[in-house]
Amino acid sequence: MPHDPLLGRITWDSIPMAHEPIVLWTFIAVVLGGLVVFAALTKFKLWGPLWRDWICSIDHKKIGIMYIILGIVMLLRGFADAVMMRLQQAMAFGDNLGYLPPHHYDQIFTAHGVIMIFFVAMPLVTGFMNYLIPLQIGARDVSFPFLNNFSFWMTATGAILVMVSLFLGEFSTSGWLALSNLGNQNPGVGLDYYIWALQLSGVGTTLSGINLIVTIIKMRAPGMNLMKMPVFVWTSLCTNALIVASFPILTAALVLMSMDRYFGTNFFTNELGGNPMLYVNLIWIWGHPEVYILILPCFGIFSEIVATFSKKRLFGYTSMVYATVCITVLSWLVWLHHFFTMGSGAAVNTFFGITTMIISIPTGAKIFNWLFTMYKGRIEFKPPMLWTVGFMCTFAIGGMTGVLLAVPPADFVLHNSLFLIAHFHNVIIGGVVFGLLAGINFWFPKAFGYKLNEFWGKVSFWCWLVGFWIAFTPLYILGLMGVTRRLNHFEDQSLQIWFVIAAVGVAIIACGIGAFLLQLVVSFIQRKQNRDENGDTWGSGRTLEWATSSPPPVYNFAKTPVVHDVDAWWDMKKHGYQRPLSGFEDLHMPKNTGAGFIISMIGLVLGFALIWHIWWLAIVSFAGLILATIIHTFNYNRDYYIPATEVQATEDARTQQLARHV
Amino acid sequence: MPTSTENRGPAWLAAAALLATLTGCSKAVVLNPAGDVAAQSGDLVVTATLLMLIIIVPVILLTLLFAWKYRQSNTEAEYDPEWHHSTALELVIWSVPLIIIIALGALTWISTHKLDPYRPLDRISETKPLPADVKPLEVQVVALDWKWLFMYPEQGIASVNEVAVPVDRPVRFKLTASSTMSAFYAPDFAGMIYAMPGMQTELNGVINKEGVFKGLNSHYSGAGFSGMSFKLHGLSNEGFDAWVQKAKDANNALNRDKYLELVKPSERHPVTLFSSVQEGLYDRVLNMCVEEGKMCMHHMMAIDAAGGAAYMKKAGLNLPQDVCSVENADQVVALLDQRAEAQQ
Repeated sequence: MPHDPLLGRITWDSIPMAHEPIVLWTFIAVVLGGLVVFAALTKFKLWGPLWRDWICSIDHKKIGIMYIILGIVMLLRGFADAVMMRLQQAMAFGDNLGYLPPHHYDQIFTAHGVIMIFFVAMPLVTGFMNYLIPLQIGARDVSFPFLNNFSFWMTATGAILVMVSLFLGEFSTSGWLALSNLGNQNPGVGLDYYIWALQLSGVGTTLSGINLIVTIIKMRAPGMNLMKMPVFVWTSLCTNALIVASFPILTAALVLMSMDRYFGTNFFTNELGGNPMLYVNLIWIWGHPEVYILILPCFGIFSEIVATFSKKRLFGYTSMVYATVCITVLSWLVWLHHFFTMGSGAAVNTFFGITTMIISIPTGAKIFNWLFTMYKGRIEFKPPMLWTVGFMCTFAIGGMTGVLLAVPPADFVLHNSLFLIAHFHNVIIGGVVFGLLAGINFWFPKAFGYKLNEFWGKVSFWCWLVGFWIAFTPLYILGLMGVTRRLNHFEDQSLQIWFVIAAVGVAIIACGIGAFLLQLVVSFIQRKQNRDENGDTWGSGRTLEWATSSPPPVYNFAKTPVVHDVDAWWDMKKHGYQRPLSGFEDLHMPKNTGAGFIISMIGLVLGFALIWHIWWLAIVSFAGLILATIIHTFNYNRDYYIPATEVQATEDARTQQLARHV
Repeated sequence: MPTSTENRGPAWLAAAALLATLTGCSKAVVLNPAGDVAAQSGDLVVTATLLMLIIIVPVILLTLLFAWKYRQSNTEAEYDPEWHHSTALELVIWSVPLIIIIALGALTWISTHKLDPYRPLDRISETKPLPADVKPLEVQVVALDWKWLFMYPEQGIASVNEVAVPVDRPVRFKLTASSTMSAFYAPDFAGMIYAMPGMQTELNGVINKEGVFKGLNSHYSGAGFSGMSFKLHGLSNEGFDAWVQKAKDANNALNRDKYLELVKPSERHPVTLFSSVQEGLYDRVLNMCVEEGKMCMHHMMAIDAAGGAAYMKKAGLNLPQDVCSVENADQVVALLDQRAEAQQ
């Protein structure tokens, strides 16, 4: 590639929309959409509040909401990629090469995976943990509120880089883990976009992991020992332990790959001492714990939902905790099952096959525990509970196909096939996506103060459930017919019907997503009629977040609660708890700051400069990063006190609200 | 009013029925392949699934049953809000899956060793034992961008995107790649195995039926990946001899230059037969030194093992000038062999 001292390797050819109509139309749509948003922000004078109350916010509740908004926005991009792939695969048979040339198709399946895992599932899961953990443990915020804000913005810069790659340059074609083209060390900008997007957001994720572990260990309300924590907090603790231990491995693997690319070292090359198998191992030692990072919080979400809507205590709390910890530990011992076919030999393959199967035992125990929570309960089928039952049936089958793939000789004929694709979508959609949508339906009233429209919630659920099975059952069948993944063209015309059915399934899922968006809009319009005046939205809340108003005050709890049992709020209600009405003190709170956003944006510039080899900009922005960080450490104005009178006023307002709506 | 989640049950049963019918359906090649090794893998898929259904079926049925029976409107069902523990139930919940996993684990141990791709075959098929004097047909495979090169050392021929094997004779593939990881997969023959540059993997299997079977790359390797399919021909002994003869008549020698032409990226390469293969070509491909003047990997590794640049200086050779051609590299290897013998 030509290299210009000022612009690095950017040239006019780097702008794909100049010669690709799909990208051009996407760009036009994004510009128009952006203009609408800008205009609305200006018209309603929201720039000030946007900066002060959201971008600079160190409040875990606001940061949690921002994570979830980021996840939902990126879901639309990742799903668009999925639709494009399904369309291509439904039409490209024989002489028909489809509408996507291979180079474009390969970027789409790579972007689909990267976006869905790193910029949809991770932010959504992190958003839930951020929002709920301090509330559920009776704290006012996380241990490191500024770090929390900074972590969010670092994640957002990764997402921004991926979106920029659509319009300047190209994205990676090497798959979501860059396993492919390893020998070629694909020299284009695509792989660099991938590396820096992941490195920047990886910083955010790792710091967030540290933050949440310390919060859970150090900031629990008095009386809440570890075995009295809500199960969601337990699953979050295990998740964040996985994050802190595993993300450095991803960082290291990508650093080594970057050194190969920038300095000509030979870690993962074919010659001169390099070995691509090393990369495969490193990336999957991270990659397997990663999928448990995604699913464990969702297991926690389901535990909370099942108990709340069965109006019954969660069955087997202790074994739930032990099962979660078992899964956490075991997730480190299974990574090789992602490449049984790399020829490791029977002894090695057997070891990893058996460890993979063993994980199904604690996972099965959890499913049974949810089942027996429902037993002899009084189950209300609000949308969160529908998602839960849908999850239990769907995830069970997905888990089964996983254990099947864990038998190495079975994997030898199914590895990388559409059967595998169906399996992991089965567990990720059936487990993670269903869990996140259940969680949104469950906690939205708490976060925003009004209930979500139930009709559209149920429509969304049924479309997702039916759409998922119609979209992915054909893929199980195609896998058994020996069809592999990542193909953009097929010779065998008789396979086409299955791909058409799968495309129909995706269309139904699209309706599910549409119904979800409609649910948000309709609920907003009807918000005054559906106010949650009580705080205990569903009436049968069991954990401490339901003790607060909806939405909670910025300080969460005027007085830190004292905990006596599991399901602290349920226990408080049973013993005739009365809200404190007086005797409040000044509350020590952390202060908003723009430093996290600013440092992250400088990081964004640094990533961009490194991708395009604009060395002067890389040096300047790196220096700026250090400088901005040092400047921030001299900011001693980091906290403030909410005067007791203000606390009194807020609590009095709530007292009146509760009295009005008894 | 029954909860609408009941509808999941019939749909799931339909999926199970589908699985059952697929085992007979010939399109589901994984479950119904033409080769013994692949068939054993396919049987495992079915066996493992059935073992797990022992747990999965009751779980799903109970989920739907409890969802329906304990719905809020069913006031006749018992409501016990504080019942959250039962040691007996916990024992069952943990031990029944454990027992199934132990069974599956034993099956895994046995089958993983038996069906290890590197393991020579011990039978031709379920009904045909291995003849005492059988010699496996060795085929060397190179995964290129984006086509497959097959070399037959025994017959001295080669082919692109087409491989023929005699029915009921064990075949031993030795695989490598030119630039990036690929995975060799002929569903009718056996499981898949990665083909990696500078490394050799092995795959043992057999075809038990005559026919034309599909082959593909099952590890994405770049823009031409979708066209990287090949045909595996199962032929009678006469048919195989005729195919070999056809190659010999092709008057097309595969030498280093031709190979370097093949290495250049191309998609959907037409089937090509070669009548002869240059001596030692596969070894050069495996050691990434087909090009003139390139040091072979095994020489480089031997030098590194002996001490690297320091060793070379002591032996009176300068890198890279004295070891810049393949001929000089043989001299180095001779030196290394002497050293190894001296050390022994």
